[in-house]
Amino acid sequence: MPVSLLLIVIVAAPFLTALVAASFPSNARNAEAWLSGTLSLALLAIALSLYPQVVDGGVVRSEIEWLPSLGLNLVFRIDGFAWLFCVLITGIGFLVVLYTRYYMSPKDPVPRFFAFLLAFMGAMLGLVTSGNIIQLAIFWELTSLISFLLIGYWYHRGDARDGARMALIVTATGGLALFAGLLVIGHIVGSYDLDVVLASGDTIRNHPLYTVALILVLLGAMTKSAQFPFQFWLPHAMAAPTPVSAYLHSATMVKAGVFLLVRFWPVMSGTDGWFWIVTFSGLITLVIGAYAALFQRDLKGLLAYSTISHLGLITTLLGMGTQLALVAAIFHIANHAAFKASLFMAAGIIDHETGTRDIRRLSGLYRLMPFTATLAVIASAAMAGVPLLNGFLSKEMFFTETAEFDPNMFVNLALPIGATIAGMFSVAYSLRFVHGVFFGPPPDKLDKVPHEPPALMRRPIEFLVFICLAIGIIPGITIGPYLATAVAGVLDGDIPYYSLSIWHGFNLPLVMSIVALVGGALLYVALYRYLNGDRDGTPLLHRFRGQRIFEMVLVTVTGRWARALNGIFGTRRLQPQLLIIVALAVAVGVLPLWGRVDPLVAPPTPFDPVFAFIWLVGGACALAAAYQAKFHRFAAMILLGGAGLVTCMTFVWFSAPDLALTQLVVEIATTVLILLGLRWLPQRLPNVTMDQKVRDRFRRYRDMVIAGVAGLGLAVTAYLVMTRPAIDGISSYFVENAYSQGGGTNIVNVMLVDFRAFDTFGEIAVLGVVALIVFSLLRRFRPASESVGKPQQQVVQNAFDTDTPERNPGDTIAAYLLVPSQIMQWLFPVIIVVAVYLFMRGHDLPGGGFVGGLTMSIAFILQYMAGGTRWVEDRLRILPVIWIGSGLAIALLTGLGSWLFGYPFLTTYFQYADIPWIGRVPLATALLFDLGVFLLVVGSTVLILIALAHQSVRAPRASRAARRSAEAETGGAN
Amino acid sequence: MELVLAIAIGVLTASGVYLILRPRTFQVIIGLSLISYAVNLFIFSMGRLRIDAAPVITHGNTDPSAYTDPVPQALVLTAIVIGFAMTALFLVVMLAARGFTGTDHVDGRD
Repeated sequence: MPVSLLLIVIVAAPFLTALVAASFPSNARNAEAWLSGTLSLALLAIALSLYPQVVDGGVVRSEIEWLPSLGLNLVFRIDGFAWLFCVLITGIGFLVVLYTRYYMSPKDPVPRFFAFLLAFMGAMLGLVTSGNIIQLAIFWELTSLISFLLIGYWYHRGDARDGARMALIVTATGGLALFAGLLVIGHIVGSYDLDVVLASGDTIRNHPLYTVALILVLLGAMTKSAQFPFQFWLPHAMAAPTPVSAYLHSATMVKAGVFLLVRFWPVMSGTDGWFWIVTFSGLITLVIGAYAALFQRDLKGLLAYSTISHLGLITTLLGMGTQLALVAAIFHIANHAAFKASLFMAAGIIDHETGTRDIRRLSGLYRLMPFTATLAVIASAAMAGVPLLNGFLSKEMFFTETAEFDPNMFVNLALPIGATIAGMFSVAYSLRFVHGVFFGPPPDKLDKVPHEPPALMRRPIEFLVFICLAIGIIPGITIGPYLATAVAGVLDGDIPYYSLSIWHGFNLPLVMSIVALVGGALLYVALYRYLNGDRDGTPLLHRFRGQRIFEMVLVTVTGRWARALNGIFGTRRLQPQLLIIVALAVAVGVLPLWGRVDPLVAPPTPFDPVFAFIWLVGGACALAAAYQAKFHRFAAMILLGGAGLVTCMTFVWFSAPDLALTQLVVEIATTVLILLGLRWLPQRLPNVTMDQKVRDRFRRYRDMVIAGVAGLGLAVTAYLVMTRPAIDGISSYFVENAYSQGGGTNIVNVMLVDFRAFDTFGEIAVLGVVALIVFSLLRRFRPASESVGKPQQQVVQNAFDTDTPERNPGDTIAAYLLVPSQIMQWLFPVIIVVAVYLFMRGHDLPGGGFVGGLTMSIAFILQYMAGGTRWVEDRLRILPVIWIGSGLAIALLTGLGSWLFGYPFLTTYFQYADIPWIGRVPLATALLFDLGVFLLVVGSTVLILIALAHQSVRAPRASRAARRSAEAETGGAN
Repeated sequence: MELVLAIAIGVLTASGVYLILRPRTFQVIIGLSLISYAVNLFIFSMGRLRIDAAPVITHGNTDPSAYTDPVPQALVLTAIVIGFAMTALFLVVMLAARGFTGTDHVDGRD
């Protein structure tokens, strides 16, 4: 497989496998672990196989066109540094998968967990291999999002939900800042390609926008890596299952922040802004994290603060800006991942076996679980920086860098002193972890007797501890070449001189190490009683809790401010909202044209009094409808129809036969629709009190003015456009190609079913969706009580029938409709023929699926009107939902069909065929598509109208049921 | 003719806008229908007014100047159908709201 393809596989495979993992049954722990483990190992193998290409500053790139018009491509690139991360992500990913198999209880739904874990792996791999900075920002946010899902895995727990939300808000907000920062960088450099950006260090540093970009990028990095003042989210993220903590919140995701700092180190570091912000944010985090870690009761809390502290160490190193500090930072990234992941797993085992993570309740576990204890002791020693372990080496490098002379007195003192103090605390909390849990008297406060976990659950820890030892004892052989490769990746092949040996002679850094080790041990002894007491929280710091500030901000912004804004601008009343919308629309329309309107010119088409007359009628209808809509709904509906008919005639007049046909049938369907609805509206009689009248009159006049202005504005705009010559747009293309490419002479129809078929497809989908919504809304429809009874007229008619001996109830209505209903029944086949005719000729002459479909549905509706719902349904079975479904399916399949022949979606094929007796008939696949439209329109319209018509059948039943349940309730209350 | 149509569009718009600002749901539904007539005519008129130039190719003549602009017509055709769907949906929501709240006021309470 070509190397560039491997890069894409490495990112895509985890996401695809996540989909597979999500589909497993909920107790398939073994299958999930096999799937995820195999994938991680395979990806690790791919990553390892890429090593020869990235050694000595080599870069592998793979590009996919994404938005070439914007110069954006999906770029996957891997260099030595990204390679190191890929190995960490896939390698530790594999260990975590193995661990998870035994950690998860059979009750936990594992498919969700593994799917998220794999998706996270993909997002993280995508992040580190992004060769385009926008793509990087997208994967960055993806990691925040999946982290949210994983922290909230046990979503029935309040702390998990809160922790997940806090982590998401902090890191995703940082991610947005990062995105903005990357856009600024892209603007400065003129390209979003990472390689171009990395080659433009001087341009970026000397640009006036550098500070903006720096702050935004740092916001992203520091929120993600939990650096001061954003460190507070990480301890709350510990509500996640322990494998997640081990994987995301120590080994990989929180490293994304420092990854970013390293990535942009060559182009952004070295300035004063970088030095002061990054170094001191890191230093403060380092010290505060180590200090707070010592006072945690919760094992995972201790590890979380320790992680914060170690990330602070890495950040401090990156802030210093020397190449050696960079080497130390990268080295510590790898070291920390190894020992901290193993410690989290050990903490998870302890939690699993004893049922608690409270250090004060635990003691003497060494006797009960000697293997786990030994492993945890070694890993803690690495965390404390004890010689012969990997943590010692990078910490020595860190001390060496802080002890470098700096002309600035403050820096010269703050860095080494801060580093030593943090070192002392880290020794103390490591001691606390080891001593508090494994040594001392046997545990007596536990609910169950702990014992060693399954051997396979321990294997990941054993492996990681082995790595810690191997790097610590023989660093030159184990990590040396890979570290060099990673450094070369960042520094573009240029590796500074550094030594990985354990013994550098007796020098200041060694003294600092000794002070930290001895001082830390003394500190632990001195604070021993205090730590095991009942006092909660970190001394001095517990008042300044980031979490509380965060929650305060959250409450203020999303609660108080939102409510205040809503109080000012929000309203639950529709009328003011519509008023504002209309007023804004008018203003937006008027402002750009004000004072810039050319003088009106005479209309180009000659005046026709007949046309003026029909619009005199149409306009009168519209105004009268507006006047009557409140008290005379039926009249308003008829008047609305009048305006619609005049509109329809206008379409005929000005060469739009298709529009006229559609308008006509829609007019009929709308009228039927409103007729069916009218029955359910309350009777309204004009009676208003005096004071309301004054206020209402004011409102009416105000609205009349607004309506007048809106109408005038639209009229003037329309006139101005109509009296100007047309611009040559895309229309001529359609006219010229409708027949040669679409195979039809009716240009409008060819556009609908061919050129713009995708739009039409969307529109019929909307129509189908609306029909289904109408149907489902009406299923639960409860009419108002006063509308349930029969309408007034029917009551009168039925009363007459009952009073007259020779008549049966219902005779009068039947007599009223006798002649029309006969005609409607006879017309049924005629209308169907017309509908099919309109549909068939649509491609060449006015007609088509929409018109045909609407006509067909009118045929059905007329039967309902003529015979009544029950009469029709005894004789005719209409399944409108099937019509909708098959219409959509036919349209979709027709569109997909063109793929079979290698053409884009919805390409038309056409041919004329000679059919005996009928003659030459155009046969285009567009006709098939139009058939889909036809069926869907029939189905939707019929479904909507029938659903409404059914209400009069259902309503009495529903009201009886409602009355019964109301009686039951009152009966229960008594 | 343009003047007549422009005034017609204005009258339809004004009646419609006045109605959607009224408090009763039925008034709003009639108002929306009137506005959609106005908007459809407006979009249609953007293709300029031509008489006896329906966009149906006759005698193989594919000269664009022989026909009226088909693009606004295609847009308006689907708009008419979608407008029908909108009216239907609004009508049903209106009925349901009336059933739930016992009033036909747009805010669900008088």
